[in-house]
Amino acid sequence: MKKNPISLHIDPDEFAPATSEEKESLVIMRESVSFWKDGFRRLFRNKIAVVSLAVIILIVIFAYFLPAFWPYSYEQQIQGSENLAPFKYSTAEQARIDAGEKVFPHVCGTDKLGRDFAVRLMMGTRISLTVGLVCAALVLLVGSLFGAIAGFAGGWIDNIMMRFTDILYTIPDILLIIILAMVLRDPLKTLATVKGFQWMQTVGPNLIAIFIVFVLLYWVGMARITRSQVLVLKESEYVTAARAMGAGNGRIIRKHLLTNCIGTLIVTTTLQIPSAIFTESYLSFLGLGVAAPMPSLGSLATDAVKGMNTFPHLLLFPAIFISVTILVFNLFGDGLRDAFDPKLKN
Amino acid sequence: MLKYAVKRVAMGLLSIFIVATLTFFLMNMVPGGPFVAEKSISQEAQAALAAKYGLDKPIMQRYATYMTDFLKGDMGVSLRQRGRTVSGIIFSKFPVSARLAGIAVLIALLLGIPLGCLSAYNRGKLADNTIIVFTTCGIAIPSFISSVLLLYFFGSKLNILPTVGLNSLASYIMPVTALAIYPTAYITRLMRSSLLDVMGQDYIRTAKAKGLANFKIIFKHALRNAVLPVITYVGPMLAGLMTGSFVVEKIFTIPGLGREFVSSIVNRDYTMVMGTTIILATLIITANVIVDILYKVIDPRINLK
Repeated sequence: MKKNPISLHIDPDEFAPATSEEKESLVIMRESVSFWKDGFRRLFRNKIAVVSLAVIILIVIFAYFLPAFWPYSYEQQIQGSENLAPFKYSTAEQARIDAGEKVFPHVCGTDKLGRDFAVRLMMGTRISLTVGLVCAALVLLVGSLFGAIAGFAGGWIDNIMMRFTDILYTIPDILLIIILAMVLRDPLKTLATVKGFQWMQTVGPNLIAIFIVFVLLYWVGMARITRSQVLVLKESEYVTAARAMGAGNGRIIRKHLLTNCIGTLIVTTTLQIPSAIFTESYLSFLGLGVAAPMPSLGSLATDAVKGMNTFPHLLLFPAIFISVTILVFNLFGDGLRDAFDPKLKN
Repeated sequence: MLKYAVKRVAMGLLSIFIVATLTFFLMNMVPGGPFVAEKSISQEAQAALAAKYGLDKPIMQRYATYMTDFLKGDMGVSLRQRGRTVSGIIFSKFPVSARLAGIAVLIALLLGIPLGCLSAYNRGKLADNTIIVFTTCGIAIPSFISSVLLLYFFGSKLNILPTVGLNSLASYIMPVTALAIYPTAYITRLMRSSLLDVMGQDYIRTAKAKGLANFKIIFKHALRNAVLPVITYVGPMLAGLMTGSFVVEKIFTIPGLGREFVSSIVNRDYTMVMGTTIILATLIITANVIVDILYKVIDPRINLK
């Protein structure tokens, strides 16, 4: 349109519709970041957490994969190679080496029955890790369900359920853990011989006793945390919206409540792993843990206490492994908490 | 306030009762008994022993007898240590454990609180980082590992500390250290985070604006509020010390209550198990109840409903 030079008419070109590029340049929002993306970005920026995660992966490989490739097995007794120091060979093995044969070194030495200690360490780590992981998973399952139901139901149901946990919470757990570990041992051993329960032999009745003990006593903390989360979340608008659209209770718990408190649940579960390993090694030390020939890190350390003056390496290796495992899980759990649940930080 | 206190005490009593009942039935449910392990005793003698201690009666009746006797203050006689009463054993062993735990608590508080302050005061600097590394490790090491390592290095290798019993002052060093590592590390971390939290509050900024010295702000204004979370930790700390005492007393052969508890469980000494469990549970539950009530008294920010 032509403009009259003396008119005050505004230039109409300035009112032309903007092109899409022009529009984009004006958007000041950056791409929205999902919960997971944001959490992982924060997690991977945390150096300590990344290092701990790497160590955890190494420990998992060490415990679950390495024994398959190791030339010795954890119960194999090598005649004549009892009580060897790390990287030492017995006279028979030395003779074989001199004859040109290749003998795999005993990286961590051997114990008093001539068993390769490195592979026993791996199996011990495997058992300890399994205890930690399975217990954490069971606690998560029982605790979060209980907490979610209590928080969601509210009213007198909530009241009764929470009084129950309050009482369990005040009971000094270690007393009952020791008593239960003792009590469950023999009945589970006989149960394992009954038909239909023979699968228990492969896992070991003692290990199952420890799982039961943990689940019975440690779900309380998880239940409390889940409940308090659910109480906050269930008042939120999107739950009202879901209900208005006709969603049932089960769907709301599964789809809305549990998914929204998942960060807290992950963190609490991760921190449960080291505490389970801690307690298992403790029970092993008191003679109530996993039974021979299957070693756990705790029982390996305990067995080595008697001969620690002559064979200190048998004590030091499992001691270091327990401590490092607990340490890295603690550090990684802290990192997860900072990344996924900044509210819990204090 | 009073209502809350009464409620907490009642709940504590209920918990003690539940612990006692659970222990009683769990222990008696397992096949075998205190006298089965002794091979030298014949069947008849075993039956006679069982009859003497009332173990042949139905379980509900035994439970009722035990509970009524207990309320009268009678904890029965030990089944394995012939001729000694349970209360007598507990009275003779308890002071040993209490002394060890008491020294450990003192060390944990006297070391943990200043270290936590130091760490918070030097936040991000070398001192802070060193303290964090040490406390993180201190929390990860189970007490039996630390006591065995202490025993190995100071007892056998260097041979400078006695390894058995509590006969001299020097023999306290290792068991107390083993017991105190975890609570000290925990209190240090607790103190650090709580002090940092308080330092971010408005009234601290006001104090700074008034021109007070940093030192004075920490000691006069921040510390009083920051030390509160440490009080709540006293209950769990006692429980942790008890847990630690089971192994520490076993490793250093100290005749304390913790070792008595573990050996009575292994030996199926029913009356001893009951006695020690009830005493230990009562101690911890009482500590927790007192801390709960105390916490509400000293911290006015917690409202009493």
